Amino acid sequence: MEKFTTHTGVGVPLRRSNVDTDQIIPAVYLKRVTKTGFDDALFAAWRGDADFILNQPAYKNGSVLVAGPDFGTGSSREHAVWALKDYGFKVVIASRFADIFRGNSGKQGLLTAVVSQENVELLWKLLETEPGKEITVSLEDRTITCGELVISFEIDDYVRWRLMEGLDDIGLTLQHEEDITAFEAQREGWRPKTLPAKTEPKQPVVAARPVE
Amino acid sequence: MGTTLAEKLWQDHLVRKGENGAPDLIYIDLHMCHEVTSPQAFEGLRLAGRPVRRPDLTIATEDHNTPTLNIDLPIADETSRIQINTLRKNAEEFGVRIHSLGDADQGVVHVVGPQLGLTMPGMTVVCGDSHTSTHGAFGALAFGIGTSEVEHVLATQTLPLKPFKTMAINVNGELPKGTTAKDIILAIIAKIGTGGGQGYVLEYRGDAIKKLSMEARMTICNMSIEAGARAGLIAPDETTFEYVKGRPHAPEGQDWDDAVAYWKTLVTDADAVFDTEVDLNASDLEPFVTWGTNPGQGLPLSATVPNPEDFADETDREAAENALRYMGLTPGTPLREIDIDTVFLGSCTNGRIEDLRAAAEIIKGRTKAPNTRMLVVPGSARVRLQAEAEGLDKVFLDFGAEWRNAGCSMCLGMNPDQLKPEERSASTSNRNFEGRQGKGGRTHLVSPLVAAATAVRGKLSSPDDLENAAAALV
Repeated sequence: MEKFTTHTGVGVPLRRSNVDTDQIIPAVYLKRVTKTGFDDALFAAWRGDADFILNQPAYKNGSVLVAGPDFGTGSSREHAVWALKDYGFKVVIASRFADIFRGNSGKQGLLTAVVSQENVELLWKLLETEPGKEITVSLEDRTITCGELVISFEIDDYVRWRLMEGLDDIGLTLQHEEDITAFEAQREGWRPKTLPAKTEPKQPVVAARPVE
Repeated sequence: MGTTLAEKLWQDHLVRKGENGAPDLIYIDLHMCHEVTSPQAFEGLRLAGRPVRRPDLTIATEDHNTPTLNIDLPIADETSRIQINTLRKNAEEFGVRIHSLGDADQGVVHVVGPQLGLTMPGMTVVCGDSHTSTHGAFGALAFGIGTSEVEHVLATQTLPLKPFKTMAINVNGELPKGTTAKDIILAIIAKIGTGGGQGYVLEYRGDAIKKLSMEARMTICNMSIEAGARAGLIAPDETTFEYVKGRPHAPEGQDWDDAVAYWKTLVTDADAVFDTEVDLNASDLEPFVTWGTNPGQGLPLSATVPNPEDFADETDREAAENALRYMGLTPGTPLREIDIDTVFLGSCTNGRIEDLRAAAEIIKGRTKAPNTRMLVVPGSARVRLQAEAEGLDKVFLDFGAEWRNAGCSMCLGMNPDQLKPEERSASTSNRNFEGRQGKGGRTHLVSPLVAAATAVRGKLSSPDDLENAAAALV
C-alpha cells in the first residue's frame, strides 16, 4: 500500500445522504475477478445523467469526494473502494460512514475523513461557488484546507498510522503467528470443522425450466 | 459489573490484546466464501505465496451469480461463468470445500451454514458478505467483511478488530397474527435509522424474541446491517440447541454435552450495561413495508406514502424527495393501493423453509393476480428439496408462481433475475436501494406473508385483505 501523508485535488460536492454501495458500484459490475478496472462502474446509474456532478467538466477530475451522511451503507463489496480509487479519488469526506466501507477503505489506502455535517455544508458551498476548487487533506495534521477554510477531521489513530506507513495488515498479523498457534491449541473439541465434509444424503436437484 | 453476550464472545476469541491503540486480534471459527468477494483474495494469497491457514474452517458455495433456471446447462453469461469457475479453481488449488451449482448443499451461503450445522452458538463467523450478521441468531458473533479481510482470514484465520459497542434492542409484548420477524426488523430499522447501529453489535432481547423460531431469528439478525450495525445477536436457548442438534456437523456424545454446557453460559449478565438500549413493543406492530430507497424508509402497510414536506430534518426531506421521484410515488397514496408487477419470495432474509411454508399457506387454493408475476427462489437446494417433499412446489406452481433453483437471485440481480426499469416489486429480500434488483427497478421490502397476499391481489396487501385468510396464519 502506498504511504499517505497529504493530498491536494479537486473537491467534488455530492449532495446525497445514504449513498449506498449499490449506487457506488451496481452489482452487475462485481463479476470481474480483478482488483482494478472499475473506474467506468463508479456511480454507473447516475453517470448516465448529464447533470450528475462527475459529468460536469469542472469536477470531472476530482479526487476528494465530499458526501452526505452514511456514505457507503449496504453491502461489504470492496469493489466500491476499488471503483472510487480507480476513478481517481484519494479521499472521501462525510459526517458518517458505514463501518464495513470505512474498514475496506483503510485497507486500500482510501482516506475516509469524518467531519461534522455543518462542515460538510461549508465545503459543499465553497465547492459549488467555485467549481474545480482544490482541497488539501493532510493526514499528518488531520486537517482539510479549502481556500480560507481550515477544518480538522477525525480518523482512528491506528488506521492513520497504517495509512501513513503504508503497512500491509496480513504482514503485521503474521508477526504474531505464535499467538495464533497457541490459541488454536486450546480451542474446544466441539467446535465444528468443515473438513472432512459431512452432509445429509446426496439427492439429485432437478433444474428449473423457464415457464412458457 | 457483568458482561454482555457480545463482550463474552469477544473475550473467548481474543488471540492477542492490542497495545497502544492497535486493534485486538480475534480468532475466526468459520469463514464462508462465495464467488463475488473471494477471487481477488485468493489471487492475493497466490501472489504472496501464502496458503489458506485453515481450510478445515473454510467453506465455499456458489450463490450470488448462479442462474435459477437451466442450472444443468453452462452458465450463459460469460463474466458470471468466469467468476464461478474462478471460485471452483481456487477451492481446488487451496483445498477449500465447495458446494457447486447442482449439488444438494449449494445455496445462499447464509442458508447453507446453519443447515449443515456449521453455524453454532459461541462462534465467530465471517464471510465477504454483509448479511453474515444472519448467523448471530445462534448467539455467534457474525459479521460481513471486505475482500482485504477475506484474504486476511484465509491467510491467518484471524482479524485485527477494535471492540464493537453494544446496543440492546428489547422487543416485548405479543406479536399480532399476520405480523412476523420481518416486520419487527423493518420497524426497528425505521426507528433507529440506517446509520443508527453504526459501530454497534445489536443484541435482540425480550419475550417477543424468545418466542421466535430460528428461521425468524435469522431474518432479524440478517437485517442488522440495514441498521448500519456490525452484527446482530440473540442469546442461544433451547430453541437454538434443538435446531442445531442432529445436523451433519453438530457435535455428538460428550462433545454435545460440553458444547451445550458452554452455550448455556452465553447470556448477557443481569448486571451488564449496554452502551445503548432501544425498546419496541411487538403488540403495536402490524405488517411493515418500505416506500423509499433505503430500508429505513418504511411504514405500516395501513399508512399512506409520506409527504417529504413533513420531514423536519433537511437531509431526511431531500432523501424522501429523491426516493419518491425514483419510486414513482405520490404523497398521500395509500400503500395498499400500490400496484406490484413482481413478487420475489426468497433471499438470505426470507428464503428458508418456514418462509416458503408461510407463503404457501396463504396462496393455497387461490389464483395469482393476472398482471403480477411471482418468483419463488428457495435459499438453498436443500430448502427446495424439502419444500418439494412437502408438496409446496405444487402449491406455488398451481398458483401460477415460478418455482426456481436456489441462489441470491433477484435480491441483487447479479444473475438474469432482474427487474426492468420502472418495474415494481414486493420483495422479501433486504435492500430497496436504487437499481438493486435491476437498473431502474423499484423495490418494496415485505414479509413472506405480505408477499403472498400481494401476489393474490396485485397490490401491496396483507393476509387480512384476503377472504378467509386468517385461518392460514400460524
